[in-house]
Amino acid sequence: MAAHSSLLSVFKIINPRWNGRIGNTVKVFGTTFTSHRNKTSLTPPPAKYGGRHTVTLIPGDGIGPELLSHVKEVFRFSCVPVDFEVVQVNSAMEGEDDIMNAITAIRRNGVALKGNIETKHTLPPSVKSRNNVLRTTLDLYANVMHCQSLPGVQTRHQNIDIMIIRENTEGEYSSLEHESVSGVVESLKIITRNNSLRIADYAFRLAREKGRRRVTAVHKANIMKLGDGLFLQCCKEVASGYPDITFDSMIVDNTTMQLVSKPQQFDVMVMPNLYGNVVSNVCAGLVGGPGLVPGANYGQDYAVFETATRNTGKSIAGKNIANPTAMLLASCMMLDHLKLYEHASSIRNAVSITMNETRLHTADLGGQGTTSEVVQSIMRVIQSKGQLTSEL
Amino acid sequence: MSPGKTIDLHLFLCCDCGRKLQVSLSPSCLFVFFDIPVVPPLFGSPLPPSTQTRLYSLCVLQPPPAKYGGRHTVTLIPGDGIGPELSGYVQELFRFCCVPVDFEVVNVDSAEDDITNAIMAIRRNGVALKGNIETNHNLPSSYKSRNNLLRTTLDLYANVIHCQSLPGVRTRHSNVDILIIRENTEGEYSSLEHENVPGVVECLKIITRSKSLRIADYAFKTAREKGRSRVTAVHKANIMKLGDGLFLECCREVASGYPEITFDSMIVDNTTMQLVSRPQQFDVMVMPNLYGNVVSNVCAGLVGGPGLVPGANYGKDYAVFETGTRNTGKSIANCNKANPTAMLLASCLLLDHVKLHAYAQIIRGAILSTLSEAQLHTADLGGHSSTSDVVQSIMDAVQSAGPRTLSM
Repeated sequence: MAAHSSLLSVFKIINPRWNGRIGNTVKVFGTTFTSHRNKTSLTPPPAKYGGRHTVTLIPGDGIGPELLSHVKEVFRFSCVPVDFEVVQVNSAMEGEDDIMNAITAIRRNGVALKGNIETKHTLPPSVKSRNNVLRTTLDLYANVMHCQSLPGVQTRHQNIDIMIIRENTEGEYSSLEHESVSGVVESLKIITRNNSLRIADYAFRLAREKGRRRVTAVHKANIMKLGDGLFLQCCKEVASGYPDITFDSMIVDNTTMQLVSKPQQFDVMVMPNLYGNVVSNVCAGLVGGPGLVPGANYGQDYAVFETATRNTGKSIAGKNIANPTAMLLASCMMLDHLKLYEHASSIRNAVSITMNETRLHTADLGGQGTTSEVVQSIMRVIQSKGQLTSEL
Repeated sequence: MSPGKTIDLHLFLCCDCGRKLQVSLSPSCLFVFFDIPVVPPLFGSPLPPSTQTRLYSLCVLQPPPAKYGGRHTVTLIPGDGIGPELSGYVQELFRFCCVPVDFEVVNVDSAEDDITNAIMAIRRNGVALKGNIETNHNLPSSYKSRNNLLRTTLDLYANVIHCQSLPGVRTRHSNVDILIIRENTEGEYSSLEHENVPGVVECLKIITRSKSLRIADYAFKTAREKGRSRVTAVHKANIMKLGDGLFLECCREVASGYPEITFDSMIVDNTTMQLVSRPQQFDVMVMPNLYGNVVSNVCAGLVGGPGLVPGANYGKDYAVFETGTRNTGKSIANCNKANPTAMLLASCLLLDHVKLHAYAQIIRGAILSTLSEAQLHTADLGGHSSTSDVVQSIMDAVQSAGPRTLSM
């Protein structure tokens, strides 16, 4: 107990010096890269007034609002020094004001937690996907998803531990489509050297930071020779600067086939946008489904956390059967980003203890538990493991 | 068989039903009598509930697959990697079973002319069996993939892969039976790329109304023919609204003409996630080119790997058969370790296509009985057997199951 509180006080001493000067970039790239990045731009620190962080919260549609309210509940219960600034985005509106408000709020606060915003098919095609607009405007170029087999969740494959780094702003998601001749639609897939170098660099740095040994680039360069060929070339260039990390590449169809037969062979994977979408969903399915995996979108100045598979979950909205794990783990990633490590680990620990109890599994894991039961159990575990108020 | 020429009707694939078609040829039109329910020609009007035998007239002259003296001629393109050895086994097996098929072997090397020769041979014969031709990364990017060139030139617009759990092969998922129909000529594989600004590459993904309607129609017709009840369109129309939106719209239009078949759609990321958790929910799937590539590889992985699934590419006039996942298998070439099942099942699909159903059934039966013996599994299925052992065992099975020469 004494050791814990002394560690805490040491941590509090170090914290203010880091937060003001360096900002979020240190979090994602590691301490070795601070000087280079920060000389060129003023990176705004995440908002921290009186020791409390302010984080933008975008509830989204479907199961987003209920899960995020559970997150708020857990945070309040655990006395996490985070205040949420809630920004609603209406998916039915054609105007972009809502999402621009949300973007301004994220610029202000530096960090956000969001649910998925539905893309309504009834609106005209000029209305872009709101999630996509958010990612591209804030230049959240890296989507990081860590898929690992969780104890207590029964799956067909064991010992999976894959880190997927997906380019988040270009590729097939440029929303550039046109119909020059009626009945013939051309969609543009853009691959640029800069973005490819950037994401490859991010991938290798993250791999080095986390002690990973192998990075696999996923592509389809035998067909898209210029596009994916450029991506692959950029990855190879960056790889040459990291001799301690093995680099190889694999075509996306072979990758997905290997993933369903032997996923243990993969370590870190880096890929353009669409393949990232597919591969991350395959991996999420392998470790137990969309309700378990959190995702993070990192940019140079901002970070937005959400569930990895970005589902709205319309069919289970409001029924108290959604799995809160993914959103809670995403909030833990956010706490790590804000350097509130002890809160993050206590919530994470509580989530994994609750995951071990099969009777508390929600419907997507084959159980009958409700969302509120799971959250209650998590809070109980936090209470039992945490400090007693009498000791403070 | 009835008198008159047999006609190659690519729209009607009776791969597994084995029913005979009576055909007669008149000077101006072809009249074909079926003893199966007939699919109406264009975009679906409901099936009349009356008799099974229907008169279906085609006033179009279709090129028949070459058949001289009762023997079919089929183009064989060995390809690279494991292609040549597996094609060799196919030829050996066909000779052993006395299948009336002659192979016209066309080797495709790296030169431009070779693929033109191969295409001409396929146009001549109407049917082909091919191994995968390697696309060398070191060559300049103006050099298109040979496989792609073949598919687009011959307009083989439908790639059909039937993934089903085979008895005797242990997999994590059982009772998988998915028919994947993938658009084979457009989409992301148009090979149209340019670099207007250095460092910025634009790849064009083309979706056209006519091709989407065509593939959707093909999917629904096949589903109806095979008695399937559900077709799922796989897309990413929330992001690619115009492109995949057009594809989805075309599927919906065609679906309205097939009221007995349920139609739904699913986004590709959700589809792949559902495939790894609960693949039994899928029946027939139709999708553009790239998603088809990924989804078919996922399904192939689910049922046991690339060594087990055959694939077929159908066009209006031609059909080319190959392994479902189109691997060259360079790393296991000439090691006698490759699994011949996929190529052999592809040759059975070929036999069904040229209406040699009896032979197809014999070979297929022999393959399945060999597969159920675990000691005859090759390395990709976790066994130690060699390719030649497997082929030998298949030939033994054919011999024991077939008629004895004395009784013929």
